[in-house]
Amino acid sequence: MKRQIYLDHAATTPVDSRVLEAMLPFFSENFGNASGVYTISQTSQGALEEARDKVARILGCSPEEVIFTGGATEADNAAIAGAAFAQRESGDHIVTSAIEHHAILHACESLDDFGFKTTYLGVDEFGMVDPEQVADAVTERTNIVSIMLANNEVGTIEPIADIGAAVRKRAASLGRRVVYHTDAAQAGGVLDLDVDRLGVDMLTLAAHKFYGPKGVGILYVRNGTPFRPFQYGGSQEGNRRAGTENIPLIVGAAEALRLAVEEQGESNEHCKALRDKLIHGILAKVPNSTLNGHPTERLPNNANFCIDGAAGESILVGLDMEGISASSGSACTSGSLDPSHVLTAMGVPAERAVGSLRLTVGKSNEDRDIDRALEVLPGIVERLRRVSGAG
Amino acid sequence: MPRYSKTFLDHFNSPRNVGVIEDANGEGTEKNEVCGDTMTLYLRMEGERIAKARFQTLGCSASIAASSVITELVAGKSVGEARALTRHDIAEALDGIPPAKLHSAVLAIDALKSALDGVEAKGQAS
Repeated sequence: MKRQIYLDHAATTPVDSRVLEAMLPFFSENFGNASGVYTISQTSQGALEEARDKVARILGCSPEEVIFTGGATEADNAAIAGAAFAQRESGDHIVTSAIEHHAILHACESLDDFGFKTTYLGVDEFGMVDPEQVADAVTERTNIVSIMLANNEVGTIEPIADIGAAVRKRAASLGRRVVYHTDAAQAGGVLDLDVDRLGVDMLTLAAHKFYGPKGVGILYVRNGTPFRPFQYGGSQEGNRRAGTENIPLIVGAAEALRLAVEEQGESNEHCKALRDKLIHGILAKVPNSTLNGHPTERLPNNANFCIDGAAGESILVGLDMEGISASSGSACTSGSLDPSHVLTAMGVPAERAVGSLRLTVGKSNEDRDIDRALEVLPGIVERLRRVSGAG
Repeated sequence: MPRYSKTFLDHFNSPRNVGVIEDANGEGTEKNEVCGDTMTLYLRMEGERIAKARFQTLGCSASIAASSVITELVAGKSVGEARALTRHDIAEALDGIPPAKLHSAVLAIDALKSALDGVEAKGQAS
């Protein structure tokens, strides 16, 4: 059988075997509800707090500032709505960028119905947000600013610390408490996550992006941050996220983050070498292809291109027939017919944006995987261009 | 990739009748305004029958497969017979199209109709 080549690590990653091993005892053996008083519950309670400590050490925060959620989408939704409604009396304004994940954008849109207004800031041609523009958008009615740490489609890394400094300065001049959130879903085990160095009040992580399980996310909420929870029930997670804690997934998320951060340097070097080989190879071998995103300030695993004269989905089906998994834009929208909102915001015309291709490498990829991709892609594009009359 | 049939993938991977017919009796270009897929279909008549059909398509795999299969479906048909073709005939000829991709079959049918309009307009003119 042909070797399957997975080049879609920004969509999700396989669970690391060491992570799976850490999780397994908490399904059937140590299954106790962490809220109970008996021994098996104490085992769960202990595992939960150990997981929280692990995450807190990496974020450089106190354990009680870490909330485990049912994924990054929930964490993003909770951050936006939680901070927006917590200061409802004095404000009704949200600032974000046009290239955020839909977990942020759709959460902001949903708040229109409740009288909130959102400013969606544009980006430059590389997908970069301008700190001064963010600060200028903050008003005496702004409740929350949310800018992603790194973009999931084009991989551009945003100047989160600079934006935070500019926002705090502006907020101070207005005498207002403006909550600053970053969606770091693409950055776990890749970029520095220290919340003080980043200067954020809230931060979102998704375990399945760093070889942890799906269905579990992390929301950091700095002590003292205005936050109104919207999940009602028990008093779990310090009254901020009701519902019985999913111990196996939480244990998996924390262990996956610990391992990913421990191996971050090595993994980034590995990915960067493969990514650069992909970028140089594709630009050289596929005529009329261009790199999307920032040339240097980009995630070590992300390569994203516009390929003229061929539709993204057709390229993906062609690659899949060769055993290569890739994506066009983000995995969440490849079923949608609209051109990527990220490329559109970067000023890429719609007819070019439909020919986008995202290749994201990971731990399991080897040099020969890149060789194989570079071997088959030019032929697929050439064939599609013949069909479209462009080649 | 279980959502695409073998026939579908064959038409996508080895599309039939790609290209232009210089002396076409009719040609039709259609664009799906939502997804941007564009298809041009060329028809060459011999007497009352379609002798040859060719296409050029910029679009997703379903649009390419639908374009390819429609060039086979119309071969040998009269204008009237070709007009009777529907998106369901295309889906059937491809052993199925995912419901979300049915618009690709519609695109091919629309391009066919506009090419047949061209054939009839030219027929009346001569």
